[in-house]
Amino acid sequence: MNCTDFLAKLTDYFDGQIDPTLLVEVKEHLGTCHHCEVVVDTTRKTIDVYRGAQTYEFPDELANRLRAAVMDRCKTVGKYPDVEKRASEPVAKHS
Amino acid sequence: MAATQATVAQTEAQDPFDPTQAIPPEVLASVLPADVAAEDAAPIEIHPDIALVERAKAGDTAAFEVLVRQYERQIFRTAQHITQNREDAEDITQDVFFKAFQKLEQFQGNSKFSTWLVRIAVNESLMRLRKRKTSKTVSMDQDVETDEGSIPRDFAEWRPNPEQNYSQSELAEILRKTIAGLPPGFRTVFTLRDIENLSTEETAEALGLSVPAVKSRLLRARLQLRERLSRYFRQSKEATK
Repeated sequence: MNCTDFLAKLTDYFDGQIDPTLLVEVKEHLGTCHHCEVVVDTTRKTIDVYRGAQTYEFPDELANRLRAAVMDRCKTVGKYPDVEKRASEPVAKHS
Repeated sequence: MAATQATVAQTEAQDPFDPTQAIPPEVLASVLPADVAAEDAAPIEIHPDIALVERAKAGDTAAFEVLVRQYERQIFRTAQHITQNREDAEDITQDVFFKAFQKLEQFQGNSKFSTWLVRIAVNESLMRLRKRKTSKTVSMDQDVETDEGSIPRDFAEWRPNPEQNYSQSELAEILRKTIAGLPPGFRTVFTLRDIENLSTEETAEALGLSVPAVKSRLLRARLQLRERLSRYFRQSKEATK
């Protein structure tokens, strides 16, 4: 297995969806190719850092405001279908 | 008395539902519908969302509110990752749940309720991007043909815990800037698969893409992000000496 073949299998390798025979070849390649070993390690860290970080804040205050606006629209339409058009416009103001 | 005990013993011996014994297939077939019995009678797990959706369909808005609470964070994050705009993400979050409420009858339970919501969120987000960039069409296919970042070029090792060198807000800024540079088609796949933790199949379903297309975009998204983050997280040469 060369580096190009290895790269083609990277997604399946990360997702644990790789054929056992290919997995042996992938591991053999990783044992001999430092570049690919670095790519695996840093790609894994890329996924981990995004998964673990709070890239965008979603404070409780915002959640409560949006939820209240959603439920207000749902209840209004549920009771008075004729005002559906008015209710289809977002009502919660931006922070 | 002896006659009664004998009758009980006989009854127990004939009881086909002794829990300590395997149920004979012919008994199973007699008590289960044919299609269930044929499937080895495995217990069927019903997702708790299904019951809430059914109650909401019947007009129970409190049940729908539980669903909103459960998925509002995921929908907001997805919208913000795709649109890269906070105000748009706020509007989209409202619109997604309102549209879902209006179209609840269309949800048949063939997929997870969360995947159905994410699909609405993706469509709404792409529509917002199109509105914002009036001169340019925005779609899941935009810029995905680029070869940029599909071949690794940076082979520097990273610091063992790269995120520890930055404050939480600095790190969030780096991550936002980095993912904003990806084409929307890559950004969306990475967001659903790696940040929101949808399976490859769920991501494909939410985006209306094939599984191989998701895998290909995911690989390139991951490699491009890796390449771009490396400039912040790489170990300095002095430190490795």
